[in-house]
Amino acid sequence: MNGRSPILQLRNLTKTFGNFTAVKDINLDITEGEFFTIVGPSGSGKTTMLRMLTGMESATSGDILLRGTRINDLPANKRPTCMVFQSLALFPHRTVGQNIEFSLKIKNIAPDVRKARALQLMDQLRLPQDYYGKSVTKCSGGERQRVALARALAYDPDILFFDEPLSAIDYKLRKTLEKELKDIHRETGKTFIYITHSLEEAMVMSDRIGVMRAGQLVQVGSPQQIYGAPETKFVSEFVGDVNVMAVRAGGAATVHAAEFNIDFVSPSVPAGFAAGHLVVRPESLRFLSAHNEAQNCLEGRLYNEYVLGSRIQYQVRVNDHVFIVEKLRQQAFTGKLDDNVLIGWDAKDSILVTD
Amino acid sequence: MTISKLLAPGTRHAIPLVLFLLVGFAAPLLAVIGFSFVPARSFSLWQNWGLGNYIEIFNSTSYLSFLWSLGLAAITVLVLAVICYPIAYGLARVFGKYSTLVTLLFTIPLFVSENVRLYGWVLFFIKNGVLLGTLKSWFGIEPESWLFTNGIIVWGMVYVYLPFMLFPMTLGVSMVPDQTRDAAFDLGATRWQVFKEVELPLSMPGIMIGFLLSFVLAVGAIAEAKVLGGQQIIPISHDIEIAFTYAQNWPLGAALSVLLMLVVGTLVLLVLRRFDLDAILGRR
Repeated sequence: MNGRSPILQLRNLTKTFGNFTAVKDINLDITEGEFFTIVGPSGSGKTTMLRMLTGMESATSGDILLRGTRINDLPANKRPTCMVFQSLALFPHRTVGQNIEFSLKIKNIAPDVRKARALQLMDQLRLPQDYYGKSVTKCSGGERQRVALARALAYDPDILFFDEPLSAIDYKLRKTLEKELKDIHRETGKTFIYITHSLEEAMVMSDRIGVMRAGQLVQVGSPQQIYGAPETKFVSEFVGDVNVMAVRAGGAATVHAAEFNIDFVSPSVPAGFAAGHLVVRPESLRFLSAHNEAQNCLEGRLYNEYVLGSRIQYQVRVNDHVFIVEKLRQQAFTGKLDDNVLIGWDAKDSILVTD
Repeated sequence: MTISKLLAPGTRHAIPLVLFLLVGFAAPLLAVIGFSFVPARSFSLWQNWGLGNYIEIFNSTSYLSFLWSLGLAAITVLVLAVICYPIAYGLARVFGKYSTLVTLLFTIPLFVSENVRLYGWVLFFIKNGVLLGTLKSWFGIEPESWLFTNGIIVWGMVYVYLPFMLFPMTLGVSMVPDQTRDAAFDLGATRWQVFKEVELPLSMPGIMIGFLLSFVLAVGAIAEAKVLGGQQIIPISHDIEIAFTYAQNWPLGAALSVLLMLVVGTLVLLVLRRFDLDAILGRR
């Protein structure tokens, strides 16, 4: 696998339900062996898009190309792709082994070959071998997750789809399973296409992330690009806490924030930029002891602090605007609540985005 | 210890229900069982009990009535299964907002007495009736009437017991989660394999309840053979009715009833053992 050639190409993919456009004009190339995640809030069309890719929903217009061949009209049971469902959709009347072997039984593969393959997959996914005859309904959440993944892997698909399979699992187990899934991705070398509403989850696992909003892909890039260089306010706000200030074009390297009646030194202002937002991540904001310690500075009141374990967040209010400043625990700020404080940042740590 | 147990709130609150069940359910049943052992044509329980009634039944041709009842019920259930599954599937998955309307159409006839509905069918099928009269006046053809044949009895039973198969079956089909269907399809199964491997086994609890309900009711059917079948066939419940009324032989009727309960009870238990309903239902 050279990891370069596209395995899945979407060309102007669109899906409408009556007057409602669920997925609008998507163009995307997914590379062989890639872990690609589509992120978006609920109702952004990501599940509809996935259902089109798996063949459970037909596209209204546009093309889906698998290794160059148009597969729009290929039904789900003929596509070399497989999906892990949000509900997992395990067969409750079957054992762990029968669930994993389902696709092999469908293909009329001999029982002993099926069993050997199932046990091998169970081993790979760290399911105890004596679970083979256990009813899936008696398995725990994490075990069921692994059974669902094993069942999909047994199909030996070219692409594995995931429809938020971890959303119903508690935080700690989810963190473990996220990493396990990324390990499985490395071991199998298959193309994974994952859907989630959590950009945090997406960043842990993905090679590339596509952010969806109202049926459109608004930005595609590596986790670092999505986090560090969001192109719109929507994308910037999608990852955790963020400080956003409305600005309009000022000088060559400044923007004007009417709210504070101040000009901020900003990263290069693109030609034609009229108005947008200046984004500063909480960890890029600093407490200052003097105005000249940073290129941009604001004076406010320390309103509250939140301990997040390894990090501490401070809420600073400038007029009515709430800013979040984040420090590592070892570098905790020593100010008291209701103190007047100076916060600031350098232009290189801020991002200028459009709406 | 025992007293405090007896006075436990749970026990105390269960007493009215237990009494109600004893009086309303167990007592008549026990009376029937008791009557089956007293001498023929007597009307008191306090006599020398014996097996005379049962011996009489086994020396008679009553077994024919049993066979007719069981056979007609079995055929009815099979026909119902074939007819009802597609309708149940439609109600649960296809008709959408119209399924309430379809459900109503199947329910409304239940508001009319069974006998009235059956006489309606007599008018429909009788010579010079709705069907044959129309055929005669419009096309000039005069086929034999189907009334008083075994086929029309099955027709009547299927018609009367359809809701008892349809609604549990609809429940069963709607219990199958959509995503398990999608998952099976996605894993390469054909439509038939999805049905065989996923839909049918997962809707089995509802289907089994429909089978049992309609079978038990159909074994006790009497009006269809009387009204539509013209008494050419005597089902077991008709035998029991005759024993209790015209023949004034309560003990014989009671013995027949006990045998019927034993036969049906055994069949139901066998089916329930084969399909562990509790296990299938309890898994959800």
